[in-house]
Amino acid sequence: MDCNRVFVSKVKRLTIVFTLLIAFLSIKIDTFAQVDSAVVPVDSAVAESAQAVSGEHGEAGHGKEKFEPTKVIMEHIADSHMWHLWGHTSLPLPVILYTPNGLEVFSSGNFHHGEHDYNGKYNNYRLEEDHIKVVAADGKVDEEASKAVLDFSITKNVAAMFVAILVILIVFISVAGAYKKRAGKAPRGLQSFIEPVVLFVRDDIAKPNIGHKYAKFMPYLLTTFFFILFNNLFGLIPIFPGGANVTGNIALTFVMALGTLIIVNINGNKYYWKHIFRPDVPFWLYPIMIPVELIGIISKPFALMVRLFANITAGHIIVLSLISLIFIFETLAIAPVSVAFVLFMDVLELLVAFLQAFIFTLLTALFIGMAVEEHH
Amino acid sequence: MELVTPSIGLVFWTSLAFICLLILLRKFAWKPILGAIHEREQSIDEALNKAELAKQEMARLTSQNQDLMQQARAERDEILKEAKTLKDSILNDAKKQAQVEGAKLIEKAKIEIENQKKAALAEVKDQVSTLSLEIAERVLRTQLDDKTKQEALVANLLKDVELN
Repeated sequence: MDCNRVFVSKVKRLTIVFTLLIAFLSIKIDTFAQVDSAVVPVDSAVAESAQAVSGEHGEAGHGKEKFEPTKVIMEHIADSHMWHLWGHTSLPLPVILYTPNGLEVFSSGNFHHGEHDYNGKYNNYRLEEDHIKVVAADGKVDEEASKAVLDFSITKNVAAMFVAILVILIVFISVAGAYKKRAGKAPRGLQSFIEPVVLFVRDDIAKPNIGHKYAKFMPYLLTTFFFILFNNLFGLIPIFPGGANVTGNIALTFVMALGTLIIVNINGNKYYWKHIFRPDVPFWLYPIMIPVELIGIISKPFALMVRLFANITAGHIIVLSLISLIFIFETLAIAPVSVAFVLFMDVLELLVAFLQAFIFTLLTALFIGMAVEEHH
Repeated sequence: MELVTPSIGLVFWTSLAFICLLILLRKFAWKPILGAIHEREQSIDEALNKAELAKQEMARLTSQNQDLMQQARAERDEILKEAKTLKDSILNDAKKQAQVEGAKLIEKAKIEIENQKKAALAEVKDQVSTLSLEIAERVLRTQLDDKTKQEALVANLLKDVELN
């Protein structure tokens, strides 16, 4: 059965991903960069083959007789224009399109789960594999015109991120209020839960890595830490308003890594730049060293980007694969095994959620520390 | 490949949201929280320093107190000693004075007694003479009741005078 074939290959890939995950946990921080660059091809290979498989089965549709775990998993991992609530109920999300003619805003409910086209102001649109395409007059997708339309929709990931941000704001502003109200007193309630984490970021991440200039970078490091942490944790909640794979999306990790890249290079002092453009090597090595150093500027945040993305995505894939076992075998007998493994994975993911937020912040602090370090 | 291709919409919204979050949290959360924690740490440090100082001060005071006590005890002993010598000297003085006074009194009393004795003796002498005169008078009277006796006496007296 091809389902089984898919399953077998899936298990193989999962083994790879899982091994890498464990490797991530056990490898020393300074060797992360190298390991990560090795992970990239593997993970993109996973994604590619997964896409290919889902493409193969794309025509089969939502048939009840056939369960396609890859499609289900990839649907979850990828972004969506709807927020699936339960059964056939989904929350429609606003679609915002930037077309050459102007802005276009409408609800994704108009697509009726991709079954209908929507006649917009400037174009007709169709939802194809959760991508919005422009439909030409002859009823076919116009790829050229589709490329010109930029999709700024509030997708499931964006909405989930907004929810997380709202929660972060509520939590931290109320905690800040508590500090003002109980000035100089011992922390209480939520405050005493947040304070050790804030102190951890300050005393164990910022101070040892950045040194005495740490105070300037505290807001960025704290925001990064809690933004990643809350999004990771929300991703672990299987039902609304969680369940979106926000931190397992390359776009989000790209932005986070870009932030680190910018903050590191803006604050780089003359020693940092000297190290890049005039390293302490014989001058005839410069043609090699300078490009290597320049690549180093990019590769450090690139590693950050891929690490977070791969870790969170891998975790989601494993959990969903384990759940899929029940439907692949079409028996309840496997359910206890699945649930036991999912429970184990969820606990591990809980650890990973903290760990990845920690590692991202730690490495950001480390890079900042390297950029602002004074040499005497 | 789609999985590792960042979509522009998500990049845009994430950047926007993250920058907003950074600005909001920086202003409304991190500044007060870090400020409060810093302030509290400083106040705790200060309190510990103060406690240390207080401890030293306490030790200093205790030793000072001990010194004071010792000093006070020494002073008390001295005062007691002084008082004792003073008492002794006063007692001695008083004794001496009392002796002198007593001697004087005894002297006075002796003189007085002497005087009184003399006066009494003078009075006794007077009285004796008066009494003897009266007795003599009475004797004479009785003796001279009759004429013969008077004549005899005169004769006797005259005889005496003639003798002289």
